[in-house]
Amino acid sequence: MKRVLPGFGLSMGVTLTYLGVIVLLPLVALVLRGAEIGPERFWAILTAPRTLAALQLTLVAGAMATVVNAAYGLLMAWVLVRYDFPGKRVLDALMDIPFALPTAVAGLALSALFSANGWFGALLEPMGIQVVFTIWGVAIAMSFTSIPFVVRTVQPVLEDLDTQYEQAAITLGAHPFTIFRKVIWPVILPSFLVGITLSFARSLGEFGAVVFIAGNLPMKTEIASLLAVIRLEEYDYNGAAAIAMVLLVIALLLLVVSNLLQARALRYKAKP
Amino acid sequence: MTARRLLIAAALISTLFLVVVPLAYIFSRAFGQGWAAYQANILHPDTLHAIWLTSVVAVIVLPINIAFGIAAAWLVARFRFWGRGLLVLLIEIPFSVSPIIAGICYLLLYGRQGLLGPLLLENGIQILFAIPGIVLVTMFVTSPFVAREVLPLMEAQGSEQEQAAVTLGASGWQIFRRVTLPNIRWALLYGAVLCAARAVGEFGGVSVVSGSIRGQTNTLPLQVELLFNDLNTVGAFAAASTLTLIALVALAVKTVLDRQR
Repeated sequence: MKRVLPGFGLSMGVTLTYLGVIVLLPLVALVLRGAEIGPERFWAILTAPRTLAALQLTLVAGAMATVVNAAYGLLMAWVLVRYDFPGKRVLDALMDIPFALPTAVAGLALSALFSANGWFGALLEPMGIQVVFTIWGVAIAMSFTSIPFVVRTVQPVLEDLDTQYEQAAITLGAHPFTIFRKVIWPVILPSFLVGITLSFARSLGEFGAVVFIAGNLPMKTEIASLLAVIRLEEYDYNGAAAIAMVLLVIALLLLVVSNLLQARALRYKAKP
Repeated sequence: MTARRLLIAAALISTLFLVVVPLAYIFSRAFGQGWAAYQANILHPDTLHAIWLTSVVAVIVLPINIAFGIAAAWLVARFRFWGRGLLVLLIEIPFSVSPIIAGICYLLLYGRQGLLGPLLLENGIQILFAIPGIVLVTMFVTSPFVAREVLPLMEAQGSEQEQAAVTLGASGWQIFRRVTLPNIRWALLYGAVLCAARAVGEFGGVSVVSGSIRGQTNTLPLQVELLFNDLNTVGAFAAASTLTLIALVALAVKTVLDRQR
C-alpha cells in the first residue's frame, strides 16, 4: 500500500527512539538484573519475612483504599450526573484535585492532619484511634491519591445511559432500588470494575504520599516499593530488583485486566 | 426526594473531609505563622534553588514530550503498520509503572553497577545524582500525557483534510502547520498542561535518581520531604503551598479547556 501522507519515517524514528531510550531500555535493565539473580535466590528474597510483610501491607492497604474509593466514586458519579444542585461544578472540579496535587504535598498534608496536633488527629486520638504510623495511614494516603479513578470512569457511562428503560421500569411500578440493580447496575458495572482496577493498581504503586504518613517501620508500616529503595541504598541491587520485578509484574497484570475490562465496557456501549 | 437529599449531603460531606480539608490545611499551615514567616521560608536559598531546579527540569521535559506526543499520535493515527497495537501499549506503559519502579530501573541502567554504568564511568559522564537523571526519569513518568490527549482526537478527526492538502501540493511541514496543528491545538495544550503539572510534582522516581543533595539536586517536592524530615513543618508547608498553587492553576486551565473542547 502506498502511503499518501508524509512523515511516516520521521514519526516512526522519533517515536521508536524515544520509547526505546526512555521507556524500554530502563525496563530491560531491570529485567536483565532480575534474570541474573536466579530462581532460588529470587525466591529467597521474596519469602524473606521483611519482604513478605511489606508485600502484605501494600496489598491489604491497597485493598482497603480501593473499597473506600469504590463506594465514594460510585456515590460521586451518581450525584454529579443525576442531580442538580448549587456548587455542582465546583464539586466536579474538586474530583481532579488528588491527581493534580503532587503526591509529596498530599502526603505532607495528610500526615500533619492526622498527627496528634492536626485537625483530624486532635479529634481521633482522644478516641484512641491512631492513624499516623499505622496501616490506616497507609490506606488513607493510597485512597486520597487514587480518588478520581472510579468517579471518572463511571461518570461518562452514567451520562450516556438512556433513561427510557428507567422510565419504562417506573411506569411498570418498579422500586427505585430494583431499577438501579436491574437497569443501571449492569450497564455501569464494566466501567466500575475498570475504575476499581486502576485505583487498586495506583494504590499499590503509590509512594510519595505513603512514606510521609506511614512512619516506615520495618515489618509494620513499610510498603514494598520503599523496601526496594532501601535495598538500593544498601547496595543490595538484587534485593531491589527482585522486589521491583514483582511490583512491575503485578502492575502489568492489572494493566492487562483493565484493558480487557475496557474492551468489554466498550462492547456494551456499542450495542444500540 | 429524600434519597436525593441524602445522597447529595453524603457526597458534599465526604468530599469536604476527603478533599477540601486537606487542601485548606496546606494553606492554613503555610500561612499560619504569618506572611513574614512564609516569605522567610520560601526565600531560603535551598528552597529557591529547588524551585529553580524544578522549573529547569519542566522546561527541558515539556518540549521534548510535546514533540514525542505529536510524533507518536501522527504515527499511530495516520498509518497502519505491523506492531501498531504493541506500540500503543508501549506508549501507555509508563502510566501503569509506578514512578518508584521507574526510578529503580534507571538506577539499574545508569548506576555504577548498572547496565551502562561502567561505560558512563569510563567516559566521565554523570547521569545519576545530577540533572540528566532527574530529567530522564521525569520524561519516563510524563511521556504518555500529550500522546494520550492528541491521539484519540486525531483518530476521530480522520485524515481527509490532510490528504486534500497533499493533493494540493502542500509540503509535510505546511500540512502540519496549517491543517493538523489548528485541529489539535486544544488537545495539545491540554496534554501539555497535564504534562507540565505532573513534571513539576514528580516525587518517587526523582527521589531515587537525584540523590537529594541539598541545594544541588533537590527538586521542590524533594525539598518538601527534606524540610519535613528536618521537622521544619512550616517550611515544608510553605514549599508545598507553592506546588499546590501550581496544581490549582493547572486544574483551572484544564477546566477551562474542558469547556473549550
